[in-house]
Amino acid sequence: MTGRTPLGRVGGKALHVFVLAFFTIALAFPFFWMVIASFKQNGDLYTVENNPFLFNLPPTLDHLRFLFGQTRFVRWLGNTALVGAIVVAITLLLSVPAAYALTRLTGRWGQRLGIGIFLTYLIPPTLLFIPLSRVVAILGLQDSIFALVLVYPSMTIPFSIWLLMGFFKSIPRELEDAAMVDGLTRFGAFIRMVVPISISGILTVVIFSFTLVTQEFVYALTFISPESNQMIGVGIPIFLVRGDVYYWGALMAACLIASLPIAILYNSFLDRFIAGFTVGSVK
Amino acid sequence: MTAVGRQRWLGPAMFLPSVLYIAVLIGVPFVLAILYAFSDARIGTTGIHLVGLENFRSILHSPSFHKAIRNSIVFTLSAQVIVIVCSNILSVALEKPFRGRGFIRFLILLPWVAPVSLGTIGWKWILDSIYSVFSWVLITAHMVKPYAAPMWLGEPHLAMASVVLVHCWRLIPFSTVIMLAGRSAIPKEIPEAAAIDGAGFWRTFFQIRIPIMAPILSVAVLFGIIFTFTDMTVVYILTAGGPFDSTQTLPSLAFATGIQGSDLAAGAAISLFLVPVLVAVAYLMLRVAHRAEVV
Repeated sequence: MTGRTPLGRVGGKALHVFVLAFFTIALAFPFFWMVIASFKQNGDLYTVENNPFLFNLPPTLDHLRFLFGQTRFVRWLGNTALVGAIVVAITLLLSVPAAYALTRLTGRWGQRLGIGIFLTYLIPPTLLFIPLSRVVAILGLQDSIFALVLVYPSMTIPFSIWLLMGFFKSIPRELEDAAMVDGLTRFGAFIRMVVPISISGILTVVIFSFTLVTQEFVYALTFISPESNQMIGVGIPIFLVRGDVYYWGALMAACLIASLPIAILYNSFLDRFIAGFTVGSVK
Repeated sequence: MTAVGRQRWLGPAMFLPSVLYIAVLIGVPFVLAILYAFSDARIGTTGIHLVGLENFRSILHSPSFHKAIRNSIVFTLSAQVIVIVCSNILSVALEKPFRGRGFIRFLILLPWVAPVSLGTIGWKWILDSIYSVFSWVLITAHMVKPYAAPMWLGEPHLAMASVVLVHCWRLIPFSTVIMLAGRSAIPKEIPEAAAIDGAGFWRTFFQIRIPIMAPILSVAVLFGIIFTFTDMTVVYILTAGGPFDSTQTLPSLAFATGIQGSDLAAGAAISLFLVPVLVAVAYLMLRVAHRAEVV
């Protein structure tokens, strides 16, 4: 990319701008399109001849009023937040001590077990959803959001342990040794010394687990059928459609409102998740 | 108990709850999936009654299954090729700092960081049979006649292309950030030294950047394969496998058969065909991780 002549440099710069503009537009376009549809009157939205890039009729808030007034959208947001919060709690409770034990207390095979646990993250819901639907039914959790509370930690714990192991490895051992010389037990040193200085790693796990809950689709679709018990990921695409009628304005508004906070949250922690995804192949 | 004795128990006490949770909710269903595949379980029946290879015999004779396995492979491979090429280009463009980079990066990452089912619904509107913006552009440019625009999700080949497009759209951001992480690990001196020694852009690219990037590239491809091959969300929302099974994949067919058709056994048998690919990916991932540890 480094042009050696002035002309090459200008060409390189133009190419750079073109590549960025092309990909930014192509990748963000569906979200831009959601914004447009959210505020268009139906008469404008459903007239084939109208230029779809313009507001041919004045913008409207009708779709938002419909979404918040006549659908279960707010309920779905609440369900998702509740499931997310409980799953985060379970994930932290189980993965933080496990990651610490596997980095510090178990020697060489702790690392191997860690990799083994990480590999279970590769097992997809589409392989397990059929037997799990039976397990959920036997436990009497069918159609309940607690089916998801039970199952989601099996997806969040493996990756969280992996992320935290990378994090704990970077903490100097001397810190705990000093604390133990001062009379703390190993577990006391973990709680009082290691956990407080690992807050940013723990926060990463919180964000990762919560966003995974909001993004999951297959289990939520399989385990839960009543409209009022849905999560946003299934409620919006499946239950905002009545028969064959798509309420596109409300649908796009719902997608946008639910996506943006999750996207902003995930984006701000992305670099740390990537450190987990690269499986140690970047130092 | 002595301090040392207590410490020996502390490790297992701290990691066993996690291991048990994973064993019960991933290990047990995995074994059940295999048992179901050899049984005649349906929604409503209880117990497991084994029937041998019956399910495999019947799905191997079903045309839907043949289409599903072919589509799964075609979608996964074509998406990976496009994603690797695009994300390489994009990661070069994003590497150097420029004004507004953070915001541009956020826009580029949106498809990956927003819930996939919601982004896909956005595409369903863009590809609508009547109100598609693509159709409007084609009609306005006089490239097709009014009311004769292609049915993006209604014609087999276009529907397949649409599914691949949405997979690429979702994976390019993910792959790009992985490549960026890899790129930042290349010491600047190496390409510079090569340039001083007279190596051109392409030579530096193929003989220095690609070899250094190989492990990170393989990580991006391996995750990409998993995310495409085992995905059901994109296909289910976009086309539900149609028209005429032309976009059916293994996961979507397993759902249609096992849950919607209440034939748990056949559904489980279909989803077991994901396992060989998962095992291969896991093996390759271990090799990457192992090499990274040794270096």
